[in-house]
Amino acid sequence: MGAAPAARDVTSYGMGLAAPLALFFLVFFVAPLLQLFWLSLHNDTAGLHWGLGQYLHFLTDPFSLGVLGSTLLLGAEVTAVCLVLGFPIAWLYQRVGPKLQTVIILIVLLPLLTSVVVRTFAWIVILGRQGIINATLQSLGLIDTPLKLLYTQFGVVIALAQVQMPLMTLPLITALGRIDPNLDDASCSLGAGSWRTFFRILLPLSLPGIIAGCTLTYAAAITAFITQSLIGGGQMLFMPMYLYQQASTLQNWPFAAAISIIFLLAVLAVVSVFTTLGRMSRGYGGA
Amino acid sequence: MVDAPSGRSLVVDAVTHRYPSGALAVENINLDIKGGEIIALLGPSGCGKTTLLRIIAGFIAQTQGRIIIGDDIVDALPPNKRAVGIVFQNYALFPHLSISENVAYGLAARGIDKASRQREAQRLLELVQLPAMAERLPRQLSGGQQQRVALARALAIKPSILLLDEPFAALDKNLRLDMQIEVKRLQRVSGITTLIVTHDQEEALSMADRVAVLSHGKLEQFGSPSDVYDRPQTLFVNTFVGSTNRMPGIVVSADRTAAKVRLDAGAEIIARPAGGALSEGGRVTVCIRPEHLQFVGDETGFAGVVGMSLPLGATVVHEVTTADGSGVKVSQARIGETRALESGAAVRLAPLAPSLANAFPATL
Ligand SMILES: Nc1ncnc2c1ncn2[C@@H]1O[C@H](COP(=O)(O)OP(=O)(O)O)[C@@H](O)[C@H]1O
Ligand SMILES: [Mg+2]
Repeated sequence: MGAAPAARDVTSYGMGLAAPLALFFLVFFVAPLLQLFWLSLHNDTAGLHWGLGQYLHFLTDPFSLGVLGSTLLLGAEVTAVCLVLGFPIAWLYQRVGPKLQTVIILIVLLPLLTSVVVRTFAWIVILGRQGIINATLQSLGLIDTPLKLLYTQFGVVIALAQVQMPLMTLPLITALGRIDPNLDDASCSLGAGSWRTFFRILLPLSLPGIIAGCTLTYAAAITAFITQSLIGGGQMLFMPMYLYQQASTLQNWPFAAAISIIFLLAVLAVVSVFTTLGRMSRGYGGA
Repeated sequence: MVDAPSGRSLVVDAVTHRYPSGALAVENINLDIKGGEIIALLGPSGCGKTTLLRIIAGFIAQTQGRIIIGDDIVDALPPNKRAVGIVFQNYALFPHLSISENVAYGLAARGIDKASRQREAQRLLELVQLPAMAERLPRQLSGGQQQRVALARALAIKPSILLLDEPFAALDKNLRLDMQIEVKRLQRVSGITTLIVTHDQEEALSMADRVAVLSHGKLEQFGSPSDVYDRPQTLFVNTFVGSTNRMPGIVVSADRTAAKVRLDAGAEIIARPAGGALSEGGRVTVCIRPEHLQFVGDETGFAGVVGMSLPLGATVVHEVTTADGSGVKVSQARIGETRALESGAAVRLAPLAPSLANAFPATL
């Protein structure tokens, strides 16, 4: 046990270094969360009666469940669009010269370099009744009346996909970069065509990146309050706006708190599914 | 085993490749390889060996020339249609597939059913002496074992040509020798035409039936190991393969088979015109290997002063400074009590035989 004191020293040293962050989390994350939870356990806005009434209300109310469902669905759609569009970009990135790589990275990062509000208003200009898309299609004579793009699920998905694209593309670029390019050649020389090589080699080996990208994109898409509200307009209601209305407009704090907790748990559930998949696929990846 | 000897001939016909960047990696290479031969592509790093290998495999479309396997010109075929097996320097095993799935990969691509695939994979793993490793992942194997798996995987598709790119470079010395013997054994039983890329001249000389020496994308010489070692056709081959002393001199008289050369070191010797005809009065570089120099007692040969004697086990190497100030190495077999030479001793040296001194026109 001669080495034990030294080992303990190292550990306590490490813990000490983590203390400021731990304190920060305690004060600004754990404490408000506990307060939120405490708030959600009240059956009335005045906070006089304890109970699970708010949760029961949410879980038996078709409207509330509908909002939750459409929010989770929205996340799935945005994630799918980002994956389908992001994978080829990431693949391309690993196969072009350094100059084109810089260009691709710039294009990928561009959404992060402009404010969410500006980007979202740009989409309103593009998708609106007199927007760029409708104007172009009309002047080409392809449509008579403007298509309804703004204030639709389609519009929200497209705008969110553009905004969240870097969250998908960057982990994919990293994951694909870790794959030995010789594996491609090896597969090919063994007689495999492009599809077999893609499904048997490239896809399984990029799974860690796909899962990381999906987790980030999903979490970001379902909580994107500004884009959801501005592009979705009044007709479409997603969890962040629902929450905001209950808290701010209706001053129903206990219900808003319960919505938050339920939303949080739903997101955690989805993310943990992704992480479990990620852990299962960790056998892959590696060197 | 990989059934009947399946070696097909391979012809590299006037192949030139220029990369889009402008680098001329391979220049007018001609190789005529018989079915079942082991060929070594030998040359220093950057001379175009990998490029030529990738052209043969079909990963690079050459700028000019043809690749002919058996009776077929394969230039229009993609790599997955060429039936060329490759073992990569880093093995390139699929990290997420088990050893047996790795070996069976090429069979699956050919639509062979699972049971036959597994049987075949097991048979090949026995062939490379790893029958118990089938269910492991590549990273659970040592470097030498991974190499064997890579070999088994390449052999599984019954390739007509087997290409190995610096296959032993990553292995330590003992393991390298084991694997060299293993590859040679597998090649002998399978009869597959094999091309080994290497920058290690010992490896090339010991493994190959014929050696192709490359330099700066050009073929310097293509011949048997003894041709390349004993009858080098260019100064590059003479200096790159084995070690040699380079001694400058002037041609006194020359015909096709012998040249009298006056060495700057101060003696007239008879040398073999190795790189084509020599002209009288022209400057030449004479190459004599350390083991082809001997000490002479009389007034023949050239004079020198011993600098240092290094006993290297079976041989003793003496460093001698000649009259023109250049250094020469002499290697003597250690038979009985080989005379250890005092530093500063005056000696005279001469080549063992005229055919062992190669004269090349000097290039400035
Ligand atoms: N993809 C490439 N693009 C441009 N030049 C290359 C490429 N690959 C190799 N080269 C150049 O071609 C030459 C030969 O390279 P290579 O065939 O890899 O040599 P070796 O395998 O003998 O070391 C080198 O000068 C190298 O810089
Ligand atoms: Mg190379």
